[in-house]
Amino acid sequence: MKAIMVILLSAMLTDNFVLSKFMGICPFLGVSKKLDSATGMGIAVTFVMICATVVTYPIHHGILVPNGLEYFDTVVFILVIALFVQLVENFLKKCVPSLYSSLGVYLPLITTNCAVLGVTVLNIDNGLSFGQSIVNALGGGLGFMIALVIFSGVRKKLEYADIPETFKGVPATLIAASIVSVSFMGFSGLFN
Amino acid sequence: MAENKNSLVKELTKGIIKENPTLVMLLGMCPTLAVTTQAMNGIGMGLATTFVLLGSNIVISALRKVIPDKVRIPAFIVIIASFVTLIGFLLEGFVPALYDSLGIYLTLITVNCIIFGRAEMFASKNGVIASAFDAIGMGIGFTIALFLMGSIREIIGAGQWMGMTIPVLHDDPMLLFIMPAGGFFTLGMIIAAVNKLSKKKPPKEISCEGCPNAEACGKGGDCQ
Repeated sequence: MKAIMVILLSAMLTDNFVLSKFMGICPFLGVSKKLDSATGMGIAVTFVMICATVVTYPIHHGILVPNGLEYFDTVVFILVIALFVQLVENFLKKCVPSLYSSLGVYLPLITTNCAVLGVTVLNIDNGLSFGQSIVNALGGGLGFMIALVIFSGVRKKLEYADIPETFKGVPATLIAASIVSVSFMGFSGLFN
Repeated sequence: MAENKNSLVKELTKGIIKENPTLVMLLGMCPTLAVTTQAMNGIGMGLATTFVLLGSNIVISALRKVIPDKVRIPAFIVIIASFVTLIGFLLEGFVPALYDSLGIYLTLITVNCIIFGRAEMFASKNGVIASAFDAIGMGIGFTIALFLMGSIREIIGAGQWMGMTIPVLHDDPMLLFIMPAGGFFTLGMIIAAVNKLSKKKPPKEISCEGCPNAEACGKGGDCQ
């Protein structure tokens, strides 16, 4: 139980995907302007991360390893993720239209989100068990959401700030992200 | 013929300065921030990406009339992922130290927006030779940007540069610069400097140009 909690919390806080592993920077900077879109994107990524792990883990250990094809990981995983996102989108559109209208727009964005491919590959590389992988994916997704939600608050303040012309836009956003990242460094001693 | 040659040179040079993928177009942020704790890693990542870009641009432009429009995104992804697997093998075999230090980010070249963006915007519309030149130019531009980032972070953050020690900084380096926070900060400063130096107004937001998701993004999110 303790080991599970450590995996969950370290994926969420100390090894935050966005702020310490730099995965998923594009949606982090692109979709963090408003609180509701940040939350929507966060939920969608968490969902797809867990599902992608559930699908890719058995494929790696059940099909690729027994046949000595581990080196096809990248090709297979990215295809599975792309197909899966499409599937989820169609399923939601048909069966849960209310959820689709709130999350649907974020789903295609996830295919090329490196955090999703990253979590599936890291699970395999770190030799986690199936259960641990799912917890890791859950933690990673929640950490992504925390970073996005916190940052959307920071950006709201940034909009009213009086910034020199050269720094307006991306440079100011990146420097603000750097300060948020410093604050996450405070978690680094959590498990020692 | 002379004109043709000129246009090829233009394809090559535009990626280096005018349309530098990282510093002007703001594409491929993840590897730019993640692997640039050392100048050497920046060069390695830049060259690995250039290799993948060159391979995928050539193959995609050669197959551009064969791949149906509807399945082009999965087709592009498979081509790109194959080249990533290939460069993974090459690095593991010949430069194992670099392979270890790039780690998972080598796999993540697959989802680098620069490669997909060039496939979508250039290779799927132009001939093989033009696409190859475009890929080399963009690759060099990306490598220069990573080298610049890596140099700044390594010199200030570790007091070293390409194996040399920097006299004063080495005794008391600003560790923050090789930590994640320093990556964001350095990139922000470099882009601000580029904004100041360039005459043309640079994009204010992360570029969605050529991103496979641009359509969905513009509709729903606020990525502009």
